[in-house]
Amino acid sequence: MKFASFTRHLGVVAVASVLVAACGSSSGGGTASCNAKAAKSVSDCGGMDALVAAAKAEGKLNIIATPPDWANYGASIDAFSAKYGIKVTSANPNGGSQDEIDAVNSLAGTSSAPDVLDVGLKYALANTALFAPYKVATWNDIPADQKEATGLWFQDYGGYMGIGYDPSKVPGGVINSFSDLLGSGFKSKVALAGDPLKSNQAVNGVLMASLANGGSVDDVSNGVAWFHKLKQAGNYVPIIGTGATVKSGTTPVLFEWDYLSSSHGKDVSGWKIFEPPGAILGNYYTQAINKQAPHPAAVRLWEEYLFSDEGQNNWLKGGARPVRMDAMQKSGKLDAAASAALPKVSGTPVFPSADQQTAAGTYISSHWSAAVG
Amino acid sequence: MTLAGSPAIESTARPIRGGRRLSLNWLGVAPFFAYVGLFLLLPTAILAVGAFVDKDGHPALSNVTAIGQPYLLRTFVGSTIVSLISALVGAIFGALLAYAVATGNPRGVLRRVVTSAAGVFAQFGGVTLVFAFIATIGPVGLVRVFLQDRGVDIFPSGVWLYEPSGLTLIYTYFQIPLMVLVFLPALDGVRPQWREATESLGGTTWHYWRYVAGPLLAPSFLGCTLLLFANAFSAYATAAVLITQGGVLVPLQISALFTSETGQAQPGLAKALALSMVAIVTIVTVLYALLQRRTSRWLR
Repeated sequence: MKFASFTRHLGVVAVASVLVAACGSSSGGGTASCNAKAAKSVSDCGGMDALVAAAKAEGKLNIIATPPDWANYGASIDAFSAKYGIKVTSANPNGGSQDEIDAVNSLAGTSSAPDVLDVGLKYALANTALFAPYKVATWNDIPADQKEATGLWFQDYGGYMGIGYDPSKVPGGVINSFSDLLGSGFKSKVALAGDPLKSNQAVNGVLMASLANGGSVDDVSNGVAWFHKLKQAGNYVPIIGTGATVKSGTTPVLFEWDYLSSSHGKDVSGWKIFEPPGAILGNYYTQAINKQAPHPAAVRLWEEYLFSDEGQNNWLKGGARPVRMDAMQKSGKLDAAASAALPKVSGTPVFPSADQQTAAGTYISSHWSAAVG
Repeated sequence: MTLAGSPAIESTARPIRGGRRLSLNWLGVAPFFAYVGLFLLLPTAILAVGAFVDKDGHPALSNVTAIGQPYLLRTFVGSTIVSLISALVGAIFGALLAYAVATGNPRGVLRRVVTSAAGVFAQFGGVTLVFAFIATIGPVGLVRVFLQDRGVDIFPSGVWLYEPSGLTLIYTYFQIPLMVLVFLPALDGVRPQWREATESLGGTTWHYWRYVAGPLLAPSFLGCTLLLFANAFSAYATAAVLITQGGVLVPLQISALFTSETGQAQPGLAKALALSMVAIVTIVTVLYALLQRRTSRWLR
């Protein structure tokens, strides 16, 4: 069966690649009614119906590094396939941002190249030359600092740095403030989900500590000083917190992105997440369309789906905060139950830029060992 | 098959006699030199070159001078302390154990058990060893929880197991048996006749150790201690598995400088650090060789 269908598709692929090669450096790709490859919005393509028709004609979509259980991606993949009859191929589900960029480069021009990327902001900023500009229909709902003005990249979902904890292991069963963590009831309990010398997540954990203790995203020194106090109190556990250490009880209090922290609920019943007031540090992932996408119409339709109310709510159900959350809250389209399940947040979120994160990392690399090591 | 094949082998094998055999002698050691070249000399050469090249590929001293930064010097201090303490503890306890074995029955059960156990434990390291310690005295380890339930907290001021002090403890686990292995030959070389001679001349046990056995064994003891130091100083896997955060030791800092995703990756500096480790271990090894030579003058 597999082989038969493979040979059947082989002809289609051959014809398609001849077509792509023929169009070559010109505006290329797409059908008569919709020049998808050059389309910067759905209207450029002659409206939603034309885009759907062109996408259906392509019939396929290649995505990468998006496991089905990651932020509930699986629900969107299944719904999109069912709705439009487009076969979604998910490559290298456990890959990282750099793997995605590498795949775009190494598979360039082939039919198996990834159509769309879902990467960390830093990787999007460094690789804009690989992307095609596109603005989804709901473009205006995306806050201005979370998108590139021409649509080369736009953030999709994310969350905040949080303090996940096992209520049965902390005094009183609840954490109410950052300074609680310095108390004697937290002896050997507090950990970071990464090595601050190596991992962005850990650097952001220290940044959050800085924000909560009078520092700013430009000055991480208060965070390092706070971890020094934590260490002196005997409360800091100097290992990388993971699902395994949470499950075993080695790291009952863990600084981690809240959309990742929420997954510990399956191992530790009652697992809670505390978002320190006034220290809301945000991190969002970034969508970008491959300039040389083998399925230019399908990938644009995919973006329209992901940024529709339905697509946004799918991420929300996975514990991630979709980028249109505020707008959907106002329009009443937000999934109320999923929204209520998110950790409570008070204060204005801060989004450290790539430069600010690098500066924080530089300070930490030369001061961490002295303070905590 | 074999019947038909063997005459052919015979006929080709015979002419190899005479002068040709001499010229093929080097073939026997060729694999060794190829191995050393590929896995020891080539990487060292890559390090040596990489340490003196800046980000853009130009020759520079910036990597080497950057080692002088306080936070990097701290890592050398950290590595030295861990290596020194684990080497001294390993040397003292290993020497005592080796002495107990050496003075016992040379064909006795004790000697056979201790030497074979030492052979196994001296090689016990890395993930398995760290796991063994975490499972016993880690924060949720068997022994720790057992003691905690009885009111004894072995981590009164933080989990020191994940710090250099914990690493020192774990290192002594393989340092002691290693000391037994390397020090036992020296002890075996001490002849009972020397003690008898001391006693027949009216010397006491103190005189024997102070003027005969002590000076004889001291070079070997110091040499073996240096070997233990080098062994701990250059260890990476055990430390990397146990201490997953921060760069308190040189090898861990090198790893951070190679693989950081926070914009701190500085391969040139990492290579310069690695090169300085190579230099330190080389010095220690040369000292060890010199001391061993002095030892072998008396103990055969």
